[in-house]
Amino acid sequence: MNLSYLLDPAHWDLADGSIPRLILSHLWYVLLALLIGTAIALPVGLWIGHTGRGSFLAINAGNAGRSLPTLGLLMLMVTLLGLGLAPVLIALTVLVIPPVLTSAYAGIRTLDHRVVDAAKGVGMRPWQVLTKVELPMALPVLMSGFRSATLQVVATATVAAAVGLNGLGRLLIDGLAVNDYSRVLAGAIVVAVLAVVLDLVFALAQRWVVSPGLTERSSK
Amino acid sequence: MITYLSNNGDAVLAALRQHIALALIPVLIGFVLALPIGYLGVRFPWLYHPLVNTCGMLYSIPSLALFVFLPVLLGTKILSPLNIVVALTIYTVALLARTVADGLKSVDPLVVQSATAMGYRRLRRLTDVELPVALPVILAGLRVATVANISLVSVGALIGVGGLGQLFTRGFQLFYVEPILVGIILSVLLAAAADLVIVLLGRLVTPWTRFQGAAS
Amino acid sequence: MMRARIFVAAAATFALAACGANNDPLSNDTDKGGASNAPSTITVGSANFAESELLAEIYSQALEAKGVQVKRQFNIGARELYLKALQDGSIDLLPEYNGALLSALATGGAPQGVSSPDDVLAALKKVLPSGTEVLDQSAAEDKDTLTVTQETATKYTLKTIDDLKPVAGKLSIGAGPEWQERYQGLKGLDQLYGVKFKTFKPLDAGGPLTLSALLKGQIDVGNIFSTDSAIKKNNLVVLDDPKNLYLAENVLPLIRSEANNPTVSGALNAVSAKLTTDNLTTYLAKVQLDKQDTAVVAKAFLADNGLA
Repeated sequence: MNLSYLLDPAHWDLADGSIPRLILSHLWYVLLALLIGTAIALPVGLWIGHTGRGSFLAINAGNAGRSLPTLGLLMLMVTLLGLGLAPVLIALTVLVIPPVLTSAYAGIRTLDHRVVDAAKGVGMRPWQVLTKVELPMALPVLMSGFRSATLQVVATATVAAAVGLNGLGRLLIDGLAVNDYSRVLAGAIVVAVLAVVLDLVFALAQRWVVSPGLTERSSK
Repeated sequence: MITYLSNNGDAVLAALRQHIALALIPVLIGFVLALPIGYLGVRFPWLYHPLVNTCGMLYSIPSLALFVFLPVLLGTKILSPLNIVVALTIYTVALLARTVADGLKSVDPLVVQSATAMGYRRLRRLTDVELPVALPVILAGLRVATVANISLVSVGALIGVGGLGQLFTRGFQLFYVEPILVGIILSVLLAAAADLVIVLLGRLVTPWTRFQGAAS
Repeated sequence: MMRARIFVAAAATFALAACGANNDPLSNDTDKGGASNAPSTITVGSANFAESELLAEIYSQALEAKGVQVKRQFNIGARELYLKALQDGSIDLLPEYNGALLSALATGGAPQGVSSPDDVLAALKKVLPSGTEVLDQSAAEDKDTLTVTQETATKYTLKTIDDLKPVAGKLSIGAGPEWQERYQGLKGLDQLYGVKFKTFKPLDAGGPLTLSALLKGQIDVGNIFSTDSAIKKNNLVVLDDPKNLYLAENVLPLIRSEANNPTVSGALNAVSAKLTTDNLTTYLAKVQLDKQDTAVVAKAFLADNGLA
């Protein structure tokens, strides 16, 4: 085990297949999947949380989605659609939806209902209750779901390389194929660091977007 | 798909059996290990944050990398299923240790104080009061870990040991949808069954949660 | 009461796990009997492409027909990976290709001037890792090829790999990821032919991913195996290899010496005696095109050739 691949400056230029390029393609997969997944799961989760309708779906969609094996889904999609971005995005989006949906739902359901009643009492419309009261108050829970989705997607996006696509998984798959453990180690380290950095970024974002009134209370 | 199954029943069954073992043995070992580790995170509060961060870190190591490196670290053969078992045990501990800690932390301090007042010593109080009260949270974590493991095992197919994942690679090498579909469906069904078992066991061991649910 | 229930629950969980484990899927990690005898069970491995798996299944069934216990451990990966599995004893036997194996084992690629099947075999025997041996080689050949579509061949007037030299800088090539470092891959193409491609796309070892990328124009040149029926079906052009980068590639069994015995070598040599490029191509097409199961096709092969 050695760090020679990671530390070799030749692997840090901007050529095709270099570490920075792989990080970029990896990030691209991750961010697109997070974006699409959140765009689907957030409204649904909020709606279910707000109305209370379909809670069964919200709770079980979480586990059902999690149980879909990403590698199988990816191989299925590539077999059906051929090489391209779509198969990766579909497989990774499926990974993003459950935690975001469940946390959006849970964030709203676990709110103190007296607060919601009060908001209604002062004459807020349902839409205002949702966007001005429920959503801001659910943010901490929501963000934790989003962050755990991020961690998972960053690690799992590596399987894209198993079907001939890019991303940091290339270091793992190619390292394995050419029997270069130093490359595999480089891949594992970069992926883990990327996950931690992204988590840190979102943690900061969370501090910035969550109302200070809530953070004081949540330290209970 | 029916034809595929009828022609390959034995192979599919063998893959399923391997999948079950590779996914669930780590859940058991991981659960047993996570209990004391999670407890330490509560008993010594300064340990909590390092614990949570380490767990997050461990979970972000790509499984394929772990499968490849464990033989180097453990001296096992590269195709040994043990590599998969150890890797998934690590993930299970990473998930559950935090859940155990959070579960124990969520126990109402008043409950703990009452137990202490009733004369419970630390260990008895832990096993008879805190753990049972924390159980619903811990079981929720156990469900997540079990389902995640069942889905992760298949990545092992990329190095030749992966239960149902072998159906994925086989189908993929021929651009043949049937085996892949069979693998996905069995994997999802297996996860659902394991999940259901945990839920039912959970009801059995936490009968009070049902009454609470009925009251609210 | 409470504790009794938890105990019951725990016991049930263990029982559940135990019924999953009753066939002991972890068994290939345990010691395989006395070290002095040949192992009672032979673990047969294969590379990660359809033909290797078919050949491994043919070997397995031929051995089983002679009463040898077989454990299948197919689909391991590229040569770089499965050779390690062979050396650490994870597997005992797998189908190989003499020239590719020679090229992988000899430092700096295969020795100059070696190209006929017998030369290759002789050279190969000198470089085999200790503790391993090869059995009789078959007449069946499956070469790595550089293959292009008819359209590309016409556009750049390509007939041989030599013709690629002036245009390769504009073209992309797709092959298994192991090609980046192999002599019979990018290295040899550069050193022997002076061919350097614009981009390399790591796909699969002569598999459907490479084929579909080639047909869809996502790559210009693909590494397709010469026995692949897709070549004929899609009217693809296989580029000649005048400098013999790809040597004779006869199928032969590579086996750990301690797993070999007269019964085993007898069964496998009988298979090799019957294998030809033609019948291999035919039976492989049943797997690749007709999607028949490998085990069924292997069985048919053995029955049709009077081997089982």
